[in-house]
Amino acid sequence: MTLNQQRKLKTFLTGLFAWTVALVLFFPIFWMFITSFKTELQAISVPPSLFFEPTLDNFRIVQERSDYIHHAWNSVVTSFGSTIIALIIAIPAAYSMAFFPGKKTKDILLWMLSTKMLPAVGVLVPIYILCRDYGLLDSKTALVIIFTLMNLPIIVWMLFSYFKDLPKEILEAARMDGATPWDEVVKVVLPLSVGAISSTALLSIVLCWNEAFWSLNLTASDAAPLTAMIASYSSPEGLFWAKLSAASTLACAPIVIFGWFCQKQLVQGLTFGAVK
Amino acid sequence: MKRLTKNTLTYAVSIAAAMTAASAFSATQITVATVNNGHMIEMQKLTPEFEKANPGIKVKWVTLEEGVLRQNVTQDIANKSGLYDVMTIGMYEAPIWGERGWLQAVDTSGNYDEKDILPSIRGGLSYNGTMYAAPFYGESSMVMYRKDLVKAAGMEINDRDSWEHIRDVAAAVNNPEKGIYGICLRGKAGWGDNMAFMTAMANSFGARWFDEGWKPQLQTSEWKDAVNFYVDLLTKYGPPGSSSNSFNENLALFNEGKCGMWIDATIAASFVTDPKQSKVADKVGFAQSPYAVTEKGANWLWAWALGIPAATKNADAAQKFVRWATSKEYIQLVGKNNGWAAVPTGTRASTYANPKFQKAAVFADAELKAINSANPNDSTLKPSPYVGVQFAAIPEFQAIGTTTGQMISGALSGSMTVDQALKSANISADRQMRQAGYY
Repeated sequence: MTLNQQRKLKTFLTGLFAWTVALVLFFPIFWMFITSFKTELQAISVPPSLFFEPTLDNFRIVQERSDYIHHAWNSVVTSFGSTIIALIIAIPAAYSMAFFPGKKTKDILLWMLSTKMLPAVGVLVPIYILCRDYGLLDSKTALVIIFTLMNLPIIVWMLFSYFKDLPKEILEAARMDGATPWDEVVKVVLPLSVGAISSTALLSIVLCWNEAFWSLNLTASDAAPLTAMIASYSSPEGLFWAKLSAASTLACAPIVIFGWFCQKQLVQGLTFGAVK
Repeated sequence: MKRLTKNTLTYAVSIAAAMTAASAFSATQITVATVNNGHMIEMQKLTPEFEKANPGIKVKWVTLEEGVLRQNVTQDIANKSGLYDVMTIGMYEAPIWGERGWLQAVDTSGNYDEKDILPSIRGGLSYNGTMYAAPFYGESSMVMYRKDLVKAAGMEINDRDSWEHIRDVAAAVNNPEKGIYGICLRGKAGWGDNMAFMTAMANSFGARWFDEGWKPQLQTSEWKDAVNFYVDLLTKYGPPGSSSNSFNENLALFNEGKCGMWIDATIAASFVTDPKQSKVADKVGFAQSPYAVTEKGANWLWAWALGIPAATKNADAAQKFVRWATSKEYIQLVGKNNGWAAVPTGTRASTYANPKFQKAAVFADAELKAINSANPNDSTLKPSPYVGVQFAAIPEFQAIGTTTGQMISGALSGSMTVDQALKSANISADRQMRQAGYY
């Protein structure tokens, strides 16, 4: 086999592997999507049917039963609200840790990450009681606070790993020109990190959008986001797969479309730590 | 400046007065937590009728997955959060929460006709004679079978057959090459999943969960006989992967025409006879649950009911709603709007006495017979200290039942023997009962 043939074979195998992984990852979404157009009987038929007469009945039922706009609005407010607050806290934190590291900076970073290892259910009761006492049950405020705290470690880590690779000389030059720390962040660091910040924000929004544990436990109706709407379609007695798929498709649609438009930033954000 | 202050004060007083007036005329809002069952969804659709009859009350619905509902309402009621004004609970929770003072007694005064509620259902939702949740629909368990397949196999099924006979029928009907399995039963682990079925079956083998001193009895010969029979039956004549099947999975299999028999909740009767969702709707027969050594506890008893937490701030409105949703008038409203086959069953004697219902529901007699034959206060051959047919109404049972369910599901999938499963389950139950201070 010539070198050229070897290269072609390698490219082919890499492509094949990538396509296989992509298809495996995409398959559940595809299946959910087509199930949403089936009847309940078709949805459970064995062997499963790929070709069938599609129906929009499930979407009609979801539309009738659930206030989709209300749930979607709650998802938007909590995801975007918590991401904005988390960025406001994380940017100065990451800046100070990246450019003025102390003896304990690494320990603090590791400690922050370790909080992600605690199972959420471990703190459910105290947080539930706090929310009850402060009148925050079934409020978007509670979800925004929880989501902010939940994603803060990841956001700080992502921004820290980007900031620490920025040339320090640029900041020194700014300082020589009389820039205050505020100026350094706003006029130097932020313009240089727009890509990193937007991809971090995007990741945070996606994580908040998909969050279900806290949403189900802390909300009832007023603040219930789309994840709570999906959960309401599971039934202990009765067939529900087609309706559940329709609800899931509607819940996924906005964030998939949003992610589609922002995929360049997302890929950049997920890989900047690895390639820099 | 003085004028400005005066104007400001005038505006403020006007706005405050307007707000007070608005709030005085604003409706009381009650939040109802429920599960996504057909009957519950129908209740949501008919809620405007209640609001029309009670202009001062608005109803807000929160529909949750069963496990999440249990967790949420338990959190809400135990912490007195007041998030929900009405909650959908089961026969397991009602007496326990009633005893603790977490629920308000249901107002059964006036024309509610409490005596019309089936006695077994009323008893299961009461503590010390007081009803703490009003039944919305009730169920027992029974045999649903394919008349065509059983007849073709030269067999027949009757009320209260023996388990041996059921095994013979399963063997005769079983034809895996054609995708037909003799019997479909619950195998998925969970106190409300496989253990609901398994407990009723074990009762009929003479077993009980606890003796009079609350000692777990899972290693007795009765439990061993029952579980060995169950594992053998399902392994030989059940569908593959039975250890993952519960109500919905078996419903799907039965409706697809893949089960010769299915023993499960009576509520399934309305699904398997509905041509819109069942391929075998016109071929289904019903019979009372089988037994081994006793008929006591051979079929379970359950009700989804509406309870009012003690911490609610809208008790009057909540009571009005619960009385409406569980009334005879509500059942008639559903019958009028959606047909009598779609009414919530298993709660009131008047439903079964109604000729329109009798005509529409082919399963009516079998269902009523099953519900009436279940007695949560006397469900075991040997004396037992607990209330409940397929569960023991004590707070520890959820954990004990689920652990035992996992072990039995493991025995069914072949990862351990029946003896090992029951031994492990008994050790775990013994530890939990000891920790809880029962002995």
